[in-house]
Amino acid sequence: MSAVSKSPWVLHYDASSCNGCDIEVLAALTPLYDVERFGIINTGNPKHADVFLITGSVNELQVPIIRQLYEQMLEPKVVVACGICACTGGVFKECYNTLGGVDVAIPVDVYAPGCAVRPETIIDAVVAGLGVLEEKSALLKKGELVSPEMPPLPSAADKMVQGERVSDTWKNNIAAAGEAPLASVAATSSTEEQ
Amino acid sequence: MTLLSFGIALVAFTVLGPVVGCLLTGIDRIISARMQGRVGPPLLQPYYDVVKLLAKEKRSLNGVQGYYLVIALLMAIVSGALFFAGGNLLLVVFLIGLSTLLFIVAAYSTRSPYAEIGAQREIIQVLAYEPMIILMSVFFFYATGSFNTSAVFELSLPLIVLIPLIFAGFLFVITIKLRKSPFDLSFSHHGHQELVKGITTEMSGGNLAIVEITHWYENVLFLGYAGLFFVWGGPLTLIVAVVVALAVYFLEIVIDNTYARVKWQPMLRWSWIVTLVCTLASMAIFTVLTVLSV
Repeated sequence: MSAVSKSPWVLHYDASSCNGCDIEVLAALTPLYDVERFGIINTGNPKHADVFLITGSVNELQVPIIRQLYEQMLEPKVVVACGICACTGGVFKECYNTLGGVDVAIPVDVYAPGCAVRPETIIDAVVAGLGVLEEKSALLKKGELVSPEMPPLPSAADKMVQGERVSDTWKNNIAAAGEAPLASVAATSSTEEQ
Repeated sequence: MTLLSFGIALVAFTVLGPVVGCLLTGIDRIISARMQGRVGPPLLQPYYDVVKLLAKEKRSLNGVQGYYLVIALLMAIVSGALFFAGGNLLLVVFLIGLSTLLFIVAAYSTRSPYAEIGAQREIIQVLAYEPMIILMSVFFFYATGSFNTSAVFELSLPLIVLIPLIFAGFLFVITIKLRKSPFDLSFSHHGHQELVKGITTEMSGGNLAIVEITHWYENVLFLGYAGLFFVWGGPLTLIVAVVVALAVYFLEIVIDNTYARVKWQPMLRWSWIVTLVCTLASMAIFTVLTVLSV
């Protein structure tokens, strides 16, 4: 075991859903489970983190955010999807506003199922992620590490990544729906742009 | 202090400084964990962290940041070597101040709003502790008749007896220098989140490792300041100094774990009040003693 897997610093992002897994991640960080035994530290900074813990299902607005956090993390890095919503979309999978699990936004290395995911499962998942960290670290040393391919972006999120503002998306949606009372909203947002 | 003794101290401090600093940080993390009812990380965890950071991908918003941090590290090494070689205390204080200054400049160089807030807080911290540290050097001169740290060996009584209030003031501000709660405004070691990660927000991978190593050197130097007050007569009293330095470190860990972080205004206010009271009272005592002896 090299030093890479002895000090995995964790970044935690809660996408959506019921926040149960979010609370379980925090529970895993309490003295009861004491993840610092494994050198795990919760950091609020993607630039310091090695492991990206995401809970909850992903909707269109979150895709650019998750991608940005992922891209700000330095290699070697590991993504852990915590909870069944983060794995597949869970009970929210069929919802009109849900795209699915975390893997619609970024490549996921470890899936930790559960509703809500148990702190023990989270710790196991991070420890499983250490193996991936080791592999990636060895590849990075050899200069052979290739970034995994990003999943294709959903339409609205695609526009936002390309620099279009959220308000533009709304405006277009409103224009498409052809609803007269909301035209003033569209007008206001266009004056803001000027 | 000859050039030779400085050279020996430089080599010794460069090698032993981080070893001692790393072990101190490891012990700190274990003791902190036990105080919170946890088992805590292995003793060598800070070492693993640094090795991991050095192995990470290299990426920086501004290429110059790494240079600033390396020079800050070198300043800390030279400053510590000068201190332990028995050199000029005032020069030691200014060199370590320069090291902190370069650290602040490194944070500013990225133009990240979060790093800038951290850097501004670091400046406030420097404003809070620097008067006390400089005045400590001045009173060191009053007590020993020299700015050289080696002068303590010629004293018949330790500095703690001669200038006890200065030691009290120093104890207050060392909490800031060791980046301990309640004064860990610009960044802290703890897992809790703040304004992203304060002054180190934009320092990642190898750069963050350099920051960590610099901090190990600094910790050893600052505990050296504490030990300085307990050396007198012969080299045997160095044992007393080491014991006191470790006791001070333990005290700081207790403070770290029992106090919540304060805002910057109380930090600045209290450290200046303590500085003023301790130095003015020491000055008064000095004057009275001089008058009485005449």
